[in-house]
Amino acid sequence: MIDLKGKRVLVIGERDGVNGPAIEACVKSAGAQVLYAETLCFV
Amino acid sequence: MDLEGQGRIRQVIEQAGADGVVAVLGANSPTAVEMTALTLKSGDPSYAGPLTGIALGIPSYHVLEAEIADQFDPALYERELALSALAMDVAEVVAPLKTIREA
Repeated sequence: MIDLKGKRVLVIGERDGVNGPAIEACVKSAGAQVLYAETLCFV
Repeated sequence: MDLEGQGRIRQVIEQAGADGVVAVLGANSPTAVEMTALTLKSGDPSYAGPLTGIALGIPSYHVLEAEIADQFDPALYERELALSALAMDVAEVVAPLKTIREA
């Protein structure tokens, strides 16, 4: 099992799934550092 | 993952390095999850983007995989993710990831 604490994270959210800001907030709550975050949009 | 996003990620990794880096995805289809995870591990499989031929070796996890979601603040999970977890077939969406990480 991976421990997110101290990990550097690329956040790649999706508008129709889970968006980037929501993932970012959650991984930060687990002690990770966010290197990059985006929300993809497929239309 | 779109081509601009590949370019931005390439730039970030060139500056920061890939050591200790993982990706956390939020896509709601197994195909989108698979394509993104493959791109970040071994390069763009469609041979179209800036990550073509660049094996970053970055493992991808889905934000709703139990081993990831269990580490979040429970109140935050309820507010930000609980609805998505209900709306998504999580088992189906995350299915490709373990195989790709272990390949």
